[in-house]
Amino acid sequence: MIPELGQFALILACCLAICQAALPLAGAQTGRRDWMVMARSAATGQFVFVALAYSVLTYAFVVDDFSVRFVALHSNSDLPLGYKIAAVWGGHEGSLLLWSLMLALWTLAVAAASRSQPLEFASRVLGVLGIVSAGVLLFTLLTSNPFDRLLPPAFDGNDLNPLLQDPAMVAHPPMLYVGYVGMAVPFAFAVAALLTGKLDRNWARWTRPWTVGAWIFLTVGIALGSWWAYYELGWGGWWFWDPVENASFMPWLMGTALIHSLAVTERRGIFKSWTVLLAIAAFTLSLLGTFLVRSGVLISVHSFASDPQRGLFILMLLLLISGGSLVLYAFRAHNLEAEGGFRLVSRESFVLANNILLVIACGLILFGTLYPLFHDAMGAGNLSVGEPFFNAVFLVPMLPLVFLLGLGMHAAWQKMNPKTLIGRLRWLGVAALLIAVAFPLIAYGSTGVMTVVGVTAGVWVTLSSLLEPVSRWLDSRAVRLTRAQWGMFIAHLGVGLFIIGASVTSAFTIETDRAVRVGETWEIAGFDIEFRGLREVEGPNFIADEGEFELRRDGEFIATLRPQKRIYRVQTEPMTEAAIDGRMARDVFVALGEPLGDGAWSVRVQYKPMIRFIWFGCVIMALGGLLAATDRRYREPVRERAEVKARVGETAKQGSH
Amino acid sequence: MPALTRLRALARGASTLAMAALLALGAALNAQDIVEGFEDPELDARYRNLIHEIRCMKCQNQSIAESPIDQAADIRRQVRVLMVDGLSDAEIRAYLAERYGDFINYRPPFKPSTWLLWSAPVILLASGAFVFARVLRERMGQPLDEDID
Amino acid sequence: MWRYAIPAVLLLVLGAFFYRGLYLNPTVVESPLIGKPAPEFTLPDLENPEGTVGTEDIAGRYALLNVWATWCVECRHEHDFLLSLAESGMPIYGLNWKDERAAALEWLDVLGDPYVASAVDEIGDVAIDYGVYGAPETFLIGPDLTILAKHIGPLSTPIWEARFAPLIESHHGAR
Repeated sequence: MIPELGQFALILACCLAICQAALPLAGAQTGRRDWMVMARSAATGQFVFVALAYSVLTYAFVVDDFSVRFVALHSNSDLPLGYKIAAVWGGHEGSLLLWSLMLALWTLAVAAASRSQPLEFASRVLGVLGIVSAGVLLFTLLTSNPFDRLLPPAFDGNDLNPLLQDPAMVAHPPMLYVGYVGMAVPFAFAVAALLTGKLDRNWARWTRPWTVGAWIFLTVGIALGSWWAYYELGWGGWWFWDPVENASFMPWLMGTALIHSLAVTERRGIFKSWTVLLAIAAFTLSLLGTFLVRSGVLISVHSFASDPQRGLFILMLLLLISGGSLVLYAFRAHNLEAEGGFRLVSRESFVLANNILLVIACGLILFGTLYPLFHDAMGAGNLSVGEPFFNAVFLVPMLPLVFLLGLGMHAAWQKMNPKTLIGRLRWLGVAALLIAVAFPLIAYGSTGVMTVVGVTAGVWVTLSSLLEPVSRWLDSRAVRLTRAQWGMFIAHLGVGLFIIGASVTSAFTIETDRAVRVGETWEIAGFDIEFRGLREVEGPNFIADEGEFELRRDGEFIATLRPQKRIYRVQTEPMTEAAIDGRMARDVFVALGEPLGDGAWSVRVQYKPMIRFIWFGCVIMALGGLLAATDRRYREPVRERAEVKARVGETAKQGSH
Repeated sequence: MPALTRLRALARGASTLAMAALLALGAALNAQDIVEGFEDPELDARYRNLIHEIRCMKCQNQSIAESPIDQAADIRRQVRVLMVDGLSDAEIRAYLAERYGDFINYRPPFKPSTWLLWSAPVILLASGAFVFARVLRERMGQPLDEDID
Repeated sequence: MWRYAIPAVLLLVLGAFFYRGLYLNPTVVESPLIGKPAPEFTLPDLENPEGTVGTEDIAGRYALLNVWATWCVECRHEHDFLLSLAESGMPIYGLNWKDERAAALEWLDVLGDPYVASAVDEIGDVAIDYGVYGAPETFLIGPDLTILAKHIGPLSTPIWEARFAPLIESHHGAR
């Protein structure tokens, strides 16, 4: 009875989404106010019913309702409660419902904030969001209904995939979805601007905080996924260029470019067609990601069970929504052209270069990810494009970008004397190079060309980001930085830290595989590891062999590590739980292998220097974004420029008394 | 005999079925453990790099370094044999491609059907430089803003 | 101004590829050995430990080389079909892959033996030469030891009639 309520709620939500799409857009087109104002109420209604449907599905998991097929496939009565709630997004149908919920939430937020915008524009934004919502809800209802019954009901469930029974895996999809779906907001703003035929600096001011908001969640979501892969999959890698990973990274790259392009549009009123195109591209890539995970077109560790019928529906959705907006763009973009000069050395110029390089990086990743499909479709056979390709080509646009990044942060708008720019930063550059040459040698005893290049890049960006904050802190008379400026420097600082972490860990990771018996000790990277013992432990839904290892350095005890080899009762494949002693400076990573007979076990130990800087860098990036998005100018209502100038003039006059 | 060994015997018998089930449910196969190596550190480093570039044919996008299944272990053993025989990385990749097809190598080969792929970075970079130059030239000819907030 | 239409065109092209991709199966990998000579091998005979089975025995007529093992669940599914195929006169050679001799012999005893002979590939080296990565796999080998086709997965009547039988006919006719 209750699952059917959920289904009914979905149907209602879909109807409301269609209303939310059709009425405001038609109203904006024809000038009918009574239709335009429906947008907000339709959006609210849609949210209520999507939330209801989502709650019903969660309830079905919590009470172990195995008559619902989705619950039977992804849960089990022994599954801990927290994971039962998380299991809602552990499979295709439920994760789609999560998508809809996130979109409804974003829509609600946009609706609430839209009071300060002209009605025609706001209705169009909500209307476009309504189209997306309706599309996804229709897809859910027609091909991926989470409330399908399983009759007769299963006696017990299939259990959640053991790999997903983990805190980071619980947080990763929701964060990622908030980010993915959030890209629909700047998309809706862009399409609304194209429909209205007007795009000004106010538009950029509205759009930017939403974009940064979605970007923050995307950053955190991707970082969580990377961190989870590192400690859960047991072999110490943190990025695999898997198609679905790439599918989350590409919107991030476009989102980054979009944020920078919006900065220029907000300031100078130029780059408008770039900005609109980037907004459409970012969301298109989000939809593309959804398509890739669920259609079976590419092989990925993340793929949900594939189904050509579902794939076809999503493809149609993608072509309709993105294709429609790009056709609109083709007709209307020339109206956006605006005058505004700048010179070779200027902030605009650096942003332009930055965006071109980001687009190239994104294009290369897209091309590499899809190439096996192109190759096969053209009849040339199966092909794999993996790490070796991506690691090599990604650096081609990224190295120049990182170098320019350090300079661009300090460039003035419109034009700047190159000597001034170089003069400010040249000693930083030299320092970065010296540190990059010295540090690996001193800390790790060796070095290499790529290592020096990588560390130079990271230190360069780090120092460049710190220059302004530190110099203003030291000079008490200097003007204080605005919150947005703080955000910018901190976000770039995060990038620098990330690059340092990635370079150092790639260069100096040490892996060892040993066959050891209880009581034996061996050495890695200056640490001593002793295999103290082995015992059997039981978890709520698994049994495991647990090893006890003692980590020491120079005789001093550091930590006890207890890696496990688990077998879950329902899904019987063995799973490795690694044990990690983690510090900012290094991780020591121990994983149990196989019993080799005769009391010996194969044990993998890894030393990963500075690997935490990778995720710490991402967190700092997100923090910077948060600061930038909450700057005062976004929290104040929009005023006319003339009004602001008049007021500033008044204050200046008063201040001089 | 640890409980684990008893269950493993059971799991082994159903391994193919479990594999198929996992594949169907879209699971990531767990990273594994026996990555055998060489005593010589240089050879070992080369081996580890190489096995990360070879695909596990039965897995959903994992290298033979990460894959837990037997077939991956077989290929790893073969790679070690070939390394001892003195084959270079490129020769080992060619050996495997001869038997399994290009699909087994994560590093796409250089051949007519992949020239576009490998030349993409240069082509895109050149296009990007062209676009940059064009936009800049246009903007350099335009007046600067007199007053800016 | 036409440059603003480029993104839309690109999306359309991409869409066409995706549409095509929906009906391709990326997990089915073609074998590079098709049309090439079957890799030579000589392995111990499953039923007769002293004797050997190898490419020498297979040569001279159209034959199947079927990779099987007792731990392979899908092999059980194709077993009955192989028996009927053998009965109709098609020579089938088995490659017993990474298996235990005793278990394999018992399997054939209980379920029936469709094979002219089975070769024991305990370590799996020959399987690697043939590009085998999961049982069951079946190769169609011509009289001159050219590999004509490879099927991954259990063999069945529809697959036999759609792929293998026509190949034998056309290959035979061409010679």
